[in-house]
Amino acid sequence: MQLDEFFVTGEPLIYGGMVAIALVTSAILFILTYFKKWGWLWREWLTTVDHKKIGIMYILSALAMLFRGGADALMMRTQLAFPNMQFLNAQHYDEIFTTHGTVMIIFMAMPFLIGLMNIIVPLQIGARDFAFPFVNALSFWSFFFGAMLFNISFVIGGAPDAGWTSYTPLAGAAMSPGPGQNFYLMGLQLSGIGTLATGINLMVTILKMRAPGMTLFKMPIFTWSTFITSFIIVFAFPILTVALALMTIDRIFGSQFFTLTGEGMPMMWANLFWMWGHPEVYIVILPAFGIFSEVIATFARKRLFGYNAMVWSIILIAGLSFLVWVHHFFTMGAGAFVNSVFSITTMLIAVPTGVKIFNWLATLYKSRIVLTVPMLWSLAFIPSFVIGGVTGVMLGMAATDYQYHNTYFLVSHFHYVLIPGTVFACFAGLVYWYPKMFGHKLNERIGKWSFWLFLIGFHVCFFPQYFLGLDGMARRIFTITPEWFTLNFISTMGAFMMGLAFAIFVYCIYYSYRYSEREISGDAWGYGRTLEWATPTPIPAYNFATVPQVNTHDAFLEMKEKGKTTFDEENLEPIHMPNNTGKPFIMMGILFFASFFLVFEWITLAVIGLIGGLVMMIIRSFDYDDGHHIEVDEIKRTERAARGL
Amino acid sequence: MAKESGKYPIKHLIGFLLSIVLTLLSVWAALGSDLPVIWIIAAIMLLAVIQAGIQLFMFMHMVETKGVGHAPWNMMFHSFVVATIIVSGSLFTMSFGFTHDHDGEGNHQHEEQQEMQKDHSGH
Ligand code: HEM
Ligand SMILES: [Cu+2]
Repeated sequence: MQLDEFFVTGEPLIYGGMVAIALVTSAILFILTYFKKWGWLWREWLTTVDHKKIGIMYILSALAMLFRGGADALMMRTQLAFPNMQFLNAQHYDEIFTTHGTVMIIFMAMPFLIGLMNIIVPLQIGARDFAFPFVNALSFWSFFFGAMLFNISFVIGGAPDAGWTSYTPLAGAAMSPGPGQNFYLMGLQLSGIGTLATGINLMVTILKMRAPGMTLFKMPIFTWSTFITSFIIVFAFPILTVALALMTIDRIFGSQFFTLTGEGMPMMWANLFWMWGHPEVYIVILPAFGIFSEVIATFARKRLFGYNAMVWSIILIAGLSFLVWVHHFFTMGAGAFVNSVFSITTMLIAVPTGVKIFNWLATLYKSRIVLTVPMLWSLAFIPSFVIGGVTGVMLGMAATDYQYHNTYFLVSHFHYVLIPGTVFACFAGLVYWYPKMFGHKLNERIGKWSFWLFLIGFHVCFFPQYFLGLDGMARRIFTITPEWFTLNFISTMGAFMMGLAFAIFVYCIYYSYRYSEREISGDAWGYGRTLEWATPTPIPAYNFATVPQVNTHDAFLEMKEKGKTTFDEENLEPIHMPNNTGKPFIMMGILFFASFFLVFEWITLAVIGLIGGLVMMIIRSFDYDDGHHIEVDEIKRTERAARGL
Repeated sequence: MAKESGKYPIKHLIGFLLSIVLTLLSVWAALGSDLPVIWIIAAIMLLAVIQAGIQLFMFMHMVETKGVGHAPWNMMFHSFVVATIIVSGSLFTMSFGFTHDHDGEGNHQHEEQQEMQKDHSGH
């Protein structure tokens, strides 16, 4: 292979990307070396098994991916507003919508939520870490390296261009030769290991490590939604794993599962993809519902209305999410009966979702609302998401879907659920729990600017797209006819407003780091109801010096009333904590190279890499590291300092 | 984090080797053997059932009395439901209303697929 086949050549934008990557990488290397930070990086971050630090790394990576996916989005919108400018050609446009979709769902939405779960769930249930801290680190590095593998595709080898759904036969070896599609397959496969492991880990953590007295129906609602999401992950991700493996075997080893020749069934890919794909959209929306529930209850200063109904509707949604997948390919033509069945199951999902909406409204009803930034994101979510849900039901009617399918109507629908749902929740959750993570709040004034700009930008961008869809504009096209120009232009302006809002948000992080008041109390907002607010700030490595007894749903509220804390000096005992380890990082680093070689179909090297991964597993099997104990004296010192005693 | 040091996990090793052997066997059945298709399918299904049994008895604490306490009935039930949805759901959506004529002549499926492809211009 020649060097100019290895690197992507001939595209000015991509040369720009290469230069940017080279500059940023060397800047980081320089700073780390100049300030002698390599040891710090290795000891404090790369080898950590602390759920709080891993969560922060998830969130930082997700923000970086939001930037990457957002840049992709702005390039697409620019092309569509000025189709005659030849900003992007057809091929480049195809690559960009593919990476945009994949990055946003797999490498932005999920890791962002998993990052928040990482930090908050153990705190909410009174646990000192995950059930399997080592596996948690492994999960993070698998996601991180999977994301890196996918992201380098645009400078090395060429980006995938068959859509985030990667439908065969287009995505097969015959019609998409070269490494591009393999990057998609291996990137998702590698990060999928981590997602599955996190699902199992969270499930065990929530089942086994709750504070005494916290029955399942006394768990905070975010923990509940995480718990149910873990079930969906554990049952849905294996389907993706198998589907990806089959396509990899098709492409690299010449089998015929999804091909047009040799009795392959291309539509079987769509079938398997959406058997995972629909549960996947619920993996990214249920935790978001949990975050909104927490924020709304906190800032309405009221107990969440209809807690039990909330829990049961999450469970019902999760169950139904496995029974609706065909609504993504009604137009395959499976016949009226099949389509009717899935039409009905799809519309059924709107029922528990509606129950949740009314519960949020009832929580707000006659409450004394505190309009903080996280609350603004949550309030804006409700009406915006309803628009997305209603159009979802419209799409769910099989007969009309023949009109809407694969038009901008669909594009608008899923952005109306994913952005007000998942993205607003990520912002709300990040701002809400920020003081727990970093010891200071984000500036409210700048936060409000960024919120309003984002909200308005969002509606300006996506509302017109419903009408573009009804006017017949298909999705995934790189040029438009003049009759669609006006609405597209408006839409692009909205997109840039969101881009600006994101920039302001990042500035807000910087500004608050410099100027925000440092937190001294653990209950930063003063209205905390659940156990995460019972811990001091900064949170000690062991989270809880003494684990409180839980009697009610709002455990911390009760502790505040009774004047209790998580520092019961009489009952301190040495705390057993896991040791840091570099093995997860090294193991996943090796698998990264193995996957990279497989992308280029260099089989010998890939096999060597795989053996390296196995060797790491064997080493791990003989690892008798039992962790360490934090002594009572040290706990006393830490707690007294943090609580100002 | 119960420590089981000293005990050699012989049962797990056997289970692990057996599941790899079974997998290789089904690969051979599909690629290397000259059996009629229907036999291959039957054989692979049989192997799959044995495989599931190995997982349950050797790894999933099905016969363990102490320690975890009880077999993970809950998870087994859910897995069974999901597996049923995947298999019967795929059969239902992918074959209902289509004619699958695999044995040459009719070539029904191919025509139908080509027609479908035309409808599916956008991906
Ligand atoms: C009221 C609940 C909902 C209903 C009834 C619904 C219905 C549908 C239907 C029928 C489609 C397929 C339309 C077509 O391809 O022609 C669709 C697509 C989609 N939905 Fe929903 N939906 C709902 C909620 C959600 C939620 C909560 C999310 C994610 C957070 C979501 C994400 C998506 C995505 C990503 C697609 C497009 C996938 C693609 O083709 O690339 N939906 N929805
Ligand atoms: Cu769906």
